[in-house]
Amino acid sequence: MRQTTVPEPKLIFEKSRAGRVGCNLPKCDTPAVDLSSILGETRVDLHLPEIAELDLLRHFTNLSHINYGIETGFYPLGSCTMKYNPKINETTARMTGFANLHPLQPVETIPGALEILHGVQSILCQVTGFDYITLQPLAGAHGEMTCLMLVRAYFESRGEGQKRKIVLVPDSAHGTNPASAARCGYDVKSIPTDAEGNTNLAVLTQVLEEIGDQVAALMLTNPSTLGLFEPNIEKICKMIHDAGGQVFCDGANMNAMVGTTRPGDHGFDCMHLNLHKTFSTPHGGGGPGCGAIGLQKHLEPFLPKPVIRTESGKIIADEDRPHSIGRVAGFYGQFLMEVRAYTYLMAYGKENMHRISKFAVLNANYVRARLKEVLPPAHDRPCMHECILTAEKYKKEKGVRALDISKRLIDYGFHPATNYFPLIVPECFMIEPTETENKETLDEFCDALIAICHEAETDPSLLHNAPSTKIVGRLDETLAVKQLDVRWIPGAENKEYTRLRQAIS
Amino acid sequence: MPYIPHTEADVAEMLAVIGVSSIDDLFCEVPENLRLAPGSLDIPNALDEPKLYAHLLDLASKNVDLSKVTCFLGAGIYDRYIPASVGAVISRGEFLTAYTPYQPEASQGYLQAIYEFQTMVAELYGCDIANASMYDGATSMAEAAIMSTSLNKRQKVVVSEAVHPHYRQVLDTYCWSMDIEVVTQKSSNGLTTEFTEEEAACYIVQYPNFFGSIEDLAAVRAACDKNGSAMIVVSDPVACALLKPPGHFGADIVVGEGQPMGVPMGLGGPGVGLFACKKDLIRFIPGRIVGKTKEVHGDKPGYVMTLRTREQDIRREKATSNICTNEALMALANTVYMIALGKNGMRSIAENSVRNAQYMISELDKIGIGAMTNKVFCEFVVTLPKDAEWVCGAMLDKGILAGLPLGKYYEGPPNTLLVCTTELRTKNQIDTYVSALKEVLA
Repeated sequence: MRQTTVPEPKLIFEKSRAGRVGCNLPKCDTPAVDLSSILGETRVDLHLPEIAELDLLRHFTNLSHINYGIETGFYPLGSCTMKYNPKINETTARMTGFANLHPLQPVETIPGALEILHGVQSILCQVTGFDYITLQPLAGAHGEMTCLMLVRAYFESRGEGQKRKIVLVPDSAHGTNPASAARCGYDVKSIPTDAEGNTNLAVLTQVLEEIGDQVAALMLTNPSTLGLFEPNIEKICKMIHDAGGQVFCDGANMNAMVGTTRPGDHGFDCMHLNLHKTFSTPHGGGGPGCGAIGLQKHLEPFLPKPVIRTESGKIIADEDRPHSIGRVAGFYGQFLMEVRAYTYLMAYGKENMHRISKFAVLNANYVRARLKEVLPPAHDRPCMHECILTAEKYKKEKGVRALDISKRLIDYGFHPATNYFPLIVPECFMIEPTETENKETLDEFCDALIAICHEAETDPSLLHNAPSTKIVGRLDETLAVKQLDVRWIPGAENKEYTRLRQAIS
Repeated sequence: MPYIPHTEADVAEMLAVIGVSSIDDLFCEVPENLRLAPGSLDIPNALDEPKLYAHLLDLASKNVDLSKVTCFLGAGIYDRYIPASVGAVISRGEFLTAYTPYQPEASQGYLQAIYEFQTMVAELYGCDIANASMYDGATSMAEAAIMSTSLNKRQKVVVSEAVHPHYRQVLDTYCWSMDIEVVTQKSSNGLTTEFTEEEAACYIVQYPNFFGSIEDLAAVRAACDKNGSAMIVVSDPVACALLKPPGHFGADIVVGEGQPMGVPMGLGGPGVGLFACKKDLIRFIPGRIVGKTKEVHGDKPGYVMTLRTREQDIRREKATSNICTNEALMALANTVYMIALGKNGMRSIAENSVRNAQYMISELDKIGIGAMTNKVFCEFVVTLPKDAEWVCGAMLDKGILAGLPLGKYYEGPPNTLLVCTTELRTKNQIDTYVSALKEVLA
């Protein structure tokens, strides 16, 4: 991203000129037909831009200059695991033998693709400690939802479907947890976090005594969104199991555990993974995500279709699954993302896998240690892959909020950290450096944050007005809701669109 | 390890600053019995980059990809040409490696592109507005159905059997988990003609439908008005460059799969779900929406994610959906594609697809293979004198993916085949198909 001011970019529609075209179109060599006799009423108007190819490239190259990615700079967005996305993954995913496969072509013609899917499943079974993995879910939240569907199918198969309608979710959980539970017809009950940052066992005990027989599942993030490993994890899983419930692990923070400890060994029944976080598939500006799930044997009959498994030494895509919850996605999941994840897993391999979590945790603790004087940690314990700090004192003393600090980071050339999550930490500042950042980058980032905190003491307006070096200053999100301008509409000179303009604005 | 940059000296300095003697000390809160020894996982050894490349190339070459065969298979995923500019744009690291634009000041490039995407999706579908995308076509349809239940508080959705069978299976799964009843409406000669269910939250039809036929959307609209149901249409965006779009018939929600617009088939993923609707439904929409605004302290325009209070990270269990990630990169591919082809290109590839289908229908007719109807966009159903799976196997031996046998999805004799012609098929390829089929059936 350029640090200098660039001219305000025009919308592509404003650059359109009738008659231009942005690609060399194919000619048709079959006879012309009378379209209206075949299709009935055809379209009279189609307002799409007409742009030459070079101008199209310039448009997007210029837009890329006002966008920030991992390859632009440090991206310490907590909870998002913004690690390097290796280039070899992009090369392999673009191989014609993967990119040009039709999902409905006969499975006998895709043995290499099935090997990829089965290979990712096998490695992830080992990494997570679960009996089974499916790669059907299309994103993390989709994986959470699929896990809860498995839980629901499991209880329905045992005649407990109507009885167990409550899902317990800690107050520190990602918003997708309660939303996914609601999506599966569950009522959500929140479980508080104790002063040390762990699940409040006293409350959990009490809740299970009162309504344990109605609980379908506990959704637990481990390490928690506070960046802390739950030391009572085995006990918690046992408490839920004793009450007849299931325990789901939110795997958003798997990067802290890869090769070091396995959720399947902790007592969890199922978990979701974000391959776009932990296993380096690119985030793409907010998707495609890629959400695998792991599960223990008792949930296996309910797996979504198709199930990729071996039979007599051959890998098959099994659709004959009488107890399956059904299909959760159109085809095989995010296949080209699985190719990337497979490439990544094979690059690390048996001898290196543990380095992912070791260095992720080292980096987070280093940042935590370097910043503790200016931004104290929310809890006085070693953190895992991310550190949660609080900017509360600047708010109290100087009226500077965590968001202001984040916006000022943009002026220093860094992407901000995550703010205001988890919800239970005041003026929360959540930093996840990941293992792929070097010490110099971490030092520059910490130096910048220390300087910004000093500015907060001496000249808070620098922070309140930040960012001041970007193409736009701080944007008015309230106005965006009030005026709701969510698409471009041609000018008033275009009569056809006057109606729409009036209708929308 | 190439992706981990730490030198031994770095590690020593960092541990000193932290105040511990080893990295393992940082894992002190993980109960000891749950910790693994390094290298103890039963997985393959690491491959260096040249070996990794060779291994993946070997796996890739085991597949029969479309550079080896001619594709007449469609059914929701289409073999359309992807302009080189699409790959060039979506490979740029600033887009490829960005996160969701939570920090708009550092994400104006993506946000503007998504605003342009929303504009063009709404335009193609003839709708007022569109969102920033969903996972895929199938889940987009399921989300639309669930959204309709919150519009009119009814718990029954009606879907035509002429909607893609996989989409209906995903709908079944989603609705089962929310205690919503799904009723499947029969079709007749490949068209949905009856809309008798009452108390339906929505009617769902596909346009062109799974069989390639053009549904009578005016009749669907009338039935929805009569029953107080929402009208949901699943639609191929490319077809909408030529057909009167669903929004112009008054569809409440239009969804579809964006893959045909610049996204590799990739065994069906990642695709991108398109989602457009009437403007007064905007507060019920699942997923992200980008809106235009201005600076707080100035007058410059800019873009932000808006109506965020519908979303899971704010509204939690009361959110309109649990969706968090969308398919931004594929939406960007769609955006570049729609611009590269533009008004004339989109119309031209749609028209060429129709011409190819009509030519193929007439040529097949000459060898005695009749199509169910020729009132189709670019796909049609033919009835073969032999089992369609068997015919496809024989055609594959001749280097042709002949189509999708429908016996697996619909009742009746297993000899119907769904055939597709995109703009990429040539007269010569169609002629080759027809003569190969003649040989196979002889």
